[in-house]
Amino acid sequence: MTAQVPAVHVQGLEKSYEELRVLRGVDFDVARGSIFALLGSNGAGKTTIVNILATLLKPDAGTARVSGFDVATHAADVRQSISLTGQFAAVDEVLSGRENLVLVARLRHLKDPGPIADALLERFALADAAERRVSTYSGGMRRRLDIAMSLIGNPPVIFLDEPTTGLDPQGRLGVWQAVRDLAEAGTTVLLTTQHLDEAEHLADRIAILHEGRIIQNGTLTELKQLHPPARVEYVEKQPTLEDIFLAIVAEDGTDSDAAIPGTATDE
Amino acid sequence: MTKHFVGDTAILTGRSLRHITRSMDTIITTAVTPIAMMLLFVYVFGGAISTGMDNYVNYLLPGILLITIASGTAYTSYRLFMDMKSGIFERFHSMPITRSSVLWAHVLTSLVANMTSLVVVVLAAVLMGFRSGAGVLTWLAVVGVLVLFTLALTWLAVIAGLSAKTVDGAGAFAYPLIFLPFISSAFVPTETMPRAVRAFAENQPATSIVNAIRDLFAQRPVGTDIWIALAWCVGILIVAYMWAMVTYRRRIS
Repeated sequence: MTAQVPAVHVQGLEKSYEELRVLRGVDFDVARGSIFALLGSNGAGKTTIVNILATLLKPDAGTARVSGFDVATHAADVRQSISLTGQFAAVDEVLSGRENLVLVARLRHLKDPGPIADALLERFALADAAERRVSTYSGGMRRRLDIAMSLIGNPPVIFLDEPTTGLDPQGRLGVWQAVRDLAEAGTTVLLTTQHLDEAEHLADRIAILHEGRIIQNGTLTELKQLHPPARVEYVEKQPTLEDIFLAIVAEDGTDSDAAIPGTATDE
Repeated sequence: MTKHFVGDTAILTGRSLRHITRSMDTIITTAVTPIAMMLLFVYVFGGAISTGMDNYVNYLLPGILLITIASGTAYTSYRLFMDMKSGIFERFHSMPITRSSVLWAHVLTSLVANMTSLVVVVLAAVLMGFRSGAGVLTWLAVVGVLVLFTLALTWLAVIAGLSAKTVDGAGAFAYPLIFLPFISSAFVPTETMPRAVRAFAENQPATSIVNAIRDLFAQRPVGTDIWIALAWCVGILIVAYMWAMVTYRRRIS
């Protein structure tokens, strides 16, 4: 079998919550090692799709396969090859950051959970806070810990449900860098977002979910071609508030809660 | 997948036990109310209650133990509810682990926490004059009944924790259970109650459990009470377990 099985294959997916038809026949494929963004407004059904793919929810109709395994009939195999970072940081508040990572490593039956945890703490700039209870972490630190927990065991497919919601600009850049690093290492990333620029910056392919269906699916260039050709206009280029904010904060020196190394602060 | 059931359950139990050791207040609150009640009944009301036993602490303790367990399991549903709400349940469920171990971890944690609270309450009772000449085997029988009762109420707590919509709702199931011993032979002999109340008191689970434990402590023949007590515990346990599993499956799919 040489033909590449797509990392994620979704066909005719339907799901209703009582009278509300959230998904009305969703089709898309995600190629291995790519970053795929599912774009949609609040309530479009992005989380529903992710939860079905993560075997947390059963679809009413249609098929969904992850790494070639059907989510309905081979849920255990699917879980073996995925990791889910849900919409809200699913971390244990009472445990320390390190204990959270060790817990996941042990549940994935890995040898040496300690070193695995330490390496991730280092990579996500959480080493200083490793022994602190997560309840004392900032939103950005929680999110980073959350993503770090998802990377344990190197699952080939990772689902990130609105990974940057509620993050400050540095936190967001840190998450973006982490996503790029994952894809470079060959991991398939399916992320959902309602921020257009996020999809634009990160994704190899973008699918727009609207009223329960994928209404567009393509690369950024392809999507751009669907619209009237670009007109040339001369506009004074003002720095955005985000540019200003990041510049000022970067000058301010290093902050333990700054983004992942190699992103926000130049050393 | 089930080959990791024991290992996964142990890991997850370790996690939730850490929640308890890091906030011992749940154990203390669980033990303080029954101890306060015991003080109240022994030193305030006790003089006016005639039980036919000269040591009122001995009379009172079994009912107090049931109250301890009932209020302890409120924390079980609270912990379960918080796990559901925080999303960590979904994380565990999307991982390659034995799913039911997530529930069993909470059940075992409940058992450990309640047994610890019970030890604290028994020690307080000893300070207040509780005495029993019971031997090791008898004590084991008492512990066995208490374990069964804890498991039965814990699975009820699981149902409550899984179906609650709010934090307050999660613990609310325990209130009627805490009050059940008041309308039983726990504090006063049922013979003094009006006919209807007495009929209820004598035919509800707390009375048979209390009577069985009291007889065991006093080294009297336990008679049929112990069998009725065990039947109640096992019956509630089985029904609550099955109901909890149905609720669980509905919640996760």
